[in-house]
Parts: sequence; C-alpha cells; structure tokens
Amino acid sequence: MPSLKEFRLRIVSVKSTQKITKALQMVATAKLKRAQEAAQAARPYATRMASVIANLASGAAAGGGPKLIAGTGKDDVHLLVVMTSERGLCGGFNTNIVKLARAEIRRLQQAGKTVKIVTVGKKGNDALKRLYGSLIVGHIDRRGERAVTAESAGGVARQITDRFEAGEFDVATLIFARFKNLLTQIPTALQLIPARAPADAPKVDLQGARYIYEPSEEAILETLLPRYLSTQLLSALLETEAGFQGAQMTAMDNATRNAGDMIKSLQLRYNRARQAQITKELIEIISGAEAL
Amino acid sequence: MADTLNFSLVSPERELFSGEVNQVDAPGVEGEFGVLPKHAPFMTVLKPGLVRIHEASGVTPVFVRGGFADVTPAGLTILAEEAVRLSDVDAGALEAEIAKVKSDANDPGDETRRKRSVERLVYLEALRAALGSTAH
Repeated sequence: MPSLKEFRLRIVSVKSTQKITKALQMVATAKLKRAQEAAQAARPYATRMASVIANLASGAAAGGGPKLIAGTGKDDVHLLVVMTSERGLCGGFNTNIVKLARAEIRRLQQAGKTVKIVTVGKKGNDALKRLYGSLIVGHIDRRGERAVTAESAGGVARQITDRFEAGEFDVATLIFARFKNLLTQIPTALQLIPARAPADAPKVDLQGARYIYEPSEEAILETLLPRYLSTQLLSALLETEAGFQGAQMTAMDNATRNAGDMIKSLQLRYNRARQAQITKELIEIISGAEAL
Repeated sequence: MADTLNFSLVSPERELFSGEVNQVDAPGVEGEFGVLPKHAPFMTVLKPGLVRIHEASGVTPVFVRGGFADVTPAGLTILAEEAVRLSDVDAGALEAEIAKVKSDANDPGDETRRKRSVERLVYLEALRAALGSTAH
C-alpha cells in the first residue's frame, strides 16, 4: 500500500497532465474550425480544376501529350509521397497513414518495383526512417509554417516535378489522410503522376462542338498540369491539417477524460487509506487509555 | 435577354463569383475576349488583367493574375491563381505594399526573396494600372 504522501503526489501529477491535455484539446478545437474552413474554401477550385482536366484528358489523344499526363511509359520506379503531421499527440492519425504507406511499400517491392520515398511532415519521416531509411530520398519540413498556403503546396509540387524531370521515378503516389469528419480520417493513396482525371469529375457534353484552344492544347496542358499537381497537394495539405486537428482534439478529449477517471479512483483510494490510518490511530489511543 | 451564362470565378483560396450573368470579358494571352451565352467550347490561358462581369445590375471588375478560362456549353469557369475584386482594393494600402516590395526587390541579401519580390512587384503594378484605368 503506497503511503498517503505518494497518493497525494500522484494525484497532483495526474492533475497537471490533465491540465495540459485539456489545453491542447481547446487549442485543437479552435484551430480545427479554421482548418476546416480553409479546406472547404479550397474545394470549389479543386473540383473545377478536376473537371477542366477531365475535359482536356478526354480531348487529348491517348498516349500523347506531356509526360505529366502520359507518364514515362515505364512502371519501374515508384515515388511515394507520405504526408503526415509535424506533431504528435493525435491518437492513431499518423500511425494509420504510415501503416498504409508500409503496406504500399511492401506491395510494390513484392512486385519487383523500386520504391523511393519523400516524406512531408516530421512524424511520417520518424516512423519510416527505422524500417525504410535507405528508401527515403527527401524530406520536406513544414515546422516553420504557421498555415497552409498555396505557396507551401507549390514548394512540395516543385520538388516532385523536379525529381520527375530528372528521371528519378516513373509513377508518383501521394499517401495522406482524407478528412471525412471529426472522428474519421481515411488514409488514402492518390496517384499524382501520371495525372489521372478523377473518376467522379463531372463530364461535360460538348454537344458535338470541338474545343478551341488558345494558344494551343499542348501549351495549355503544359501550364495547367503543374497547377493541377499543386492544387491536389494543396487540398491534401489542408485535409491533413484539418484531420490532424480533429484527431488531436478527439485524442486529447479522451486523454482528459481518462485523467479525470484516474484522479477519481486515486482520490477514492487516498481517502480510504487516510480514513484507515485515522481509525488505526484512534484504536491505538483508545486501547492505550483502556490499558491504564 | 432571355439567355444567361453560368459563370464561376474561383481562386485556390475561395470562390469569388458564381451565378448567372449576361456577359464576361476576360484577358486571354492572345487578346481580350468576351464570352456571351452559347459560346463555342473554348479554353485559354489568362494573363494578368481585368475580368469584367456584366450583370443586369451593372458591371463588376475583378482583377486576376494568371489562370485559365474554360468555356463549355454548361458555362464559363475561370480558374485564377489570384483574384481580387477592384472594389476591395485599397489604393493607399496598395501603394504602401508596392513601396515595401520595391525595397525588398532591391535588397540583394536573400536571392529567393528578391526574386519573389520582383514577381510580386509586377503583379502589384499591373493591379495599380488596372485600378487607375477604371478610376476615370
């Protein structure tokens, strides 16, 4: 049986842990709202962009067009872009993303492909470094950034297109968590290069007419595709941010509740021990007095 | 006019306009063009300049920096890299930012920041020119 003092110390320590988790939960709640709004505001652009790409892809002759949409014609070297959060204390959020990444790496390696990894966010890098450290070819640190901007997505996109142009890989896949709602973030693998028009993009009926392109179809594709890539990365970054805040909020809410339960049971045991000691002392005094 | 054109103007950060309009003028890289209802399918790259949205209630000028215009039978979509309504631009704040970016652009210390400032300056000056052209 621990002494009374030990009980008191433990209660104090759990209480201060609870204060921290409570504070983190409130911070996450506040940030979540902003992150969700940002993710929502970016959605019209992304969906419009997707339908424009779908239009172009349906118009472009199969097999032709710029490399970003047609690919290199090979399927040997795969680049996985693993997007996680910079900080932890968010339950299984990063673990789930990394789990999907690991499964993907195993699947590709078994198929005899070469795998390269670029990590975005510290947590994914930490988790993958142990097992697949030799495969990691790059890491993008987002710790210094306060908010997700079009510019930060552009930075990630540039790094990917630069590597692609240098012939470092044939296929690029992005692994991130789609924000479904507060409690659910779905780890998703999304092929970036060669660009695929999303299957759910609204198809446009041209009613027999043909597109007029200015300056030319190729020139438009060439400027549009890098933009499409950074748009996808931007929405992925925003979803990651919203998902992280959501996951952290839920995780910290649970932690706060657990700490509360723990304090309750510790307090109960402390009170019992204290009462037992008082009773014991009383018995000693009374039996001492009776002996006289 | 019975026919209207379904028009939406979006930038990565938000949707600036969405609705039925009579006509839209936009700055294509190969010249300004107007889009009326039932325009043929058409796609072009935009240069920095003014998009004019003609509605029954009047004309709204919006400044866009780069992007794409996509005309389909369903309507016109403009994907702008950056877009701002001219009525939201504060001339004083714009001048202040131009002055600040100008000093950054002449600062040889940080090469990447300098390059970015030069790009930004081109954009801001185009915006100022657009603002001046509608003022009178």
